[in-house]
Amino acid sequence: MSAQAIFSVSGLTKSFDEGEAEVLVLKGIDLSMTAGEMTALLGPSGSGKSTLLTILGTLMRASGGTHEMLGVDMMQASEAQRTEFRSKHLGFVFQFHHLLSDLSALENVMMPAASAAGRETRAMRERATELLDAVGLPDRRNYRPSAMSGGQRQRVAVARALINNPVLVLADEPTGNLDRQSADQVMDLIRSINQTIATSFLISTHDEHIAAQCSRRIELLDGRIIRS
Amino acid sequence: MSPYAVKLAIRHLLSHPGQTALLMAGVALGVSVFIFMSALIGGLATLLTLRTVGSIPHIVLEMPDRDPATLSPNAHKQVVRQKDLSRRDQITLWQPVIPIIEQTSGVTAVSPQIRGSAFVERGQTVAPVGVIGVMPGKLSDIADIEAAIVDGSSNLPADGILIGSRLARDLGLRVGQVIRLSSDRGRVRSFRIGGIFTLGIAGADRQAVYMNFTTARALYDLSTGISRIEIKVEPATDAADISERLRRSTGLKATAWTEDNTQLFEGLDAQARTGTIIKAFSLVTIIVGIASAMLLSIVRRQSEIGIMRAMGASNVLVISIFVLEGTLIGFIGAIVGAVSAWFALLPLPPVTEVSSGGLPIDRQQGDFLLAITLTTLAATLASILPARRAARIDPVEAIGA
Repeated sequence: MSAQAIFSVSGLTKSFDEGEAEVLVLKGIDLSMTAGEMTALLGPSGSGKSTLLTILGTLMRASGGTHEMLGVDMMQASEAQRTEFRSKHLGFVFQFHHLLSDLSALENVMMPAASAAGRETRAMRERATELLDAVGLPDRRNYRPSAMSGGQRQRVAVARALINNPVLVLADEPTGNLDRQSADQVMDLIRSINQTIATSFLISTHDEHIAAQCSRRIELLDGRIIRS
Repeated sequence: MSPYAVKLAIRHLLSHPGQTALLMAGVALGVSVFIFMSALIGGLATLLTLRTVGSIPHIVLEMPDRDPATLSPNAHKQVVRQKDLSRRDQITLWQPVIPIIEQTSGVTAVSPQIRGSAFVERGQTVAPVGVIGVMPGKLSDIADIEAAIVDGSSNLPADGILIGSRLARDLGLRVGQVIRLSSDRGRVRSFRIGGIFTLGIAGADRQAVYMNFTTARALYDLSTGISRIEIKVEPATDAADISERLRRSTGLKATAWTEDNTQLFEGLDAQARTGTIIKAFSLVTIIVGIASAMLLSIVRRQSEIGIMRAMGASNVLVISIFVLEGTLIGFIGAIVGAVSAWFALLPLPPVTEVSSGGLPIDRQQGDFLLAITLTTLAATLASILPARRAARIDPVEAIGA
């Protein structure tokens, strides 16, 4: 793994038991990403994009191969170590925003940091305020998710993904639920963050328009990388 | 318990005021039932005890039985023991015993009495009665005869008697009339009816005849001795212990009211057990209610829990949030229920003043603190299982990643 590599997987496989049959979803993935990259992961439904993203997000273990992130062997790491790694180094943006409905936009952005620390601090509040300003929602800090539009919620979700200063943000169809205008706003935001603070993004999508805005593209088909 | 868990738990409860209020109302209702049952069962026991012991002596001191001694207890012989009936049972040296009794802790009243059987004759009708000779000033020490007088007065001159209202009705007697009374010692005397009382106890109202202590001595040929000493104690439930102490200190046979009222105690016991079962059911209802509400809440918040887990929230944090929510619902619901029950029971009269047909509820026996403690504990327990389930939610499945 090179000095700037965030992760490196080799011969990565993932299979699921479906009754008596075993379904192989990832069939030997070799892939690495360096700091500051903005990569699109393309492929049709069922190609294994979400599964790969889930494994890289340490939410699921691979069935075989090697999986190393920032020098940590994720195949050997315990569940507690993976949880800690996730909260320190990774950010997530999902197709659906998954904001906590009881919390305001500001509190939602603070949530990953507060969950890990067990309390909300002044520093977290200041950082969350900065992030909400950065995603263009300075006037929505105290709004609950139910009082915001889909695009605004997704921008809050992007801000939330950045609260712990992650080296890598994994985004699974981040604009899948948005109209074109909102989708472009979110992509502009992601690109701007990538360029200004060098946070790496791995964006799963089947939208060519989204992929075109990324610096690198990886195409997946039937559990294999066909173009990188 | 981290401050963040406390914040999220409270925030969730406040964000859904309708659901939270409904859950707390359910808990409050269960707690009210618990307290109401405790107050009712306790009050009923107090009322029954008061009614039972109110007009009877709590302890009776008499001469010990004089059973003949067995001369050769170890011999293999058939021994026939016969009760000694050759002498009258009487306490001869009673005066030195009275101060000992009066100084015994718990004793509130002491009444030396002369007791005997007699017949009241009126025309061709003869009615058996029990004569009670009481010392001056001690007429109401055991049963409150003075308060029970319904006609005439409670004065007891040498030729005066007080009779029960049922006896008066059966024989057609009125205050001022003179009747003949034949004692079981063969003495016959005429007495003027000075007063008629109603104690509400059928036996006493039909058969008890109160008379002057000195007159009773003459009627029953007891020149110095007395038949028995009747005692009242406080609290009445300590009668058995005090009775044992008096037996040892006086050497007399002591019988507590509890020995003659075992059925009452069995009844009170059964009643208390029934109350415990009803209270247990109200606790189970609270547990089931909270547990199902928490489980529903977890299903509804599955994706939120999933995203928290995905973003690094520990199992402990997730469990803490749900256990705290359950505990808060239980504790606040219990407080509301206890306060409501307190105010609901406030207008009800004390057990001592409850009228016929009224509910004998004793607020002091409402077990308010116990209800709050048990309910809070039950609510905490009820939320542990759902909380553990929440912590086991797979973030990948929950958020559909």
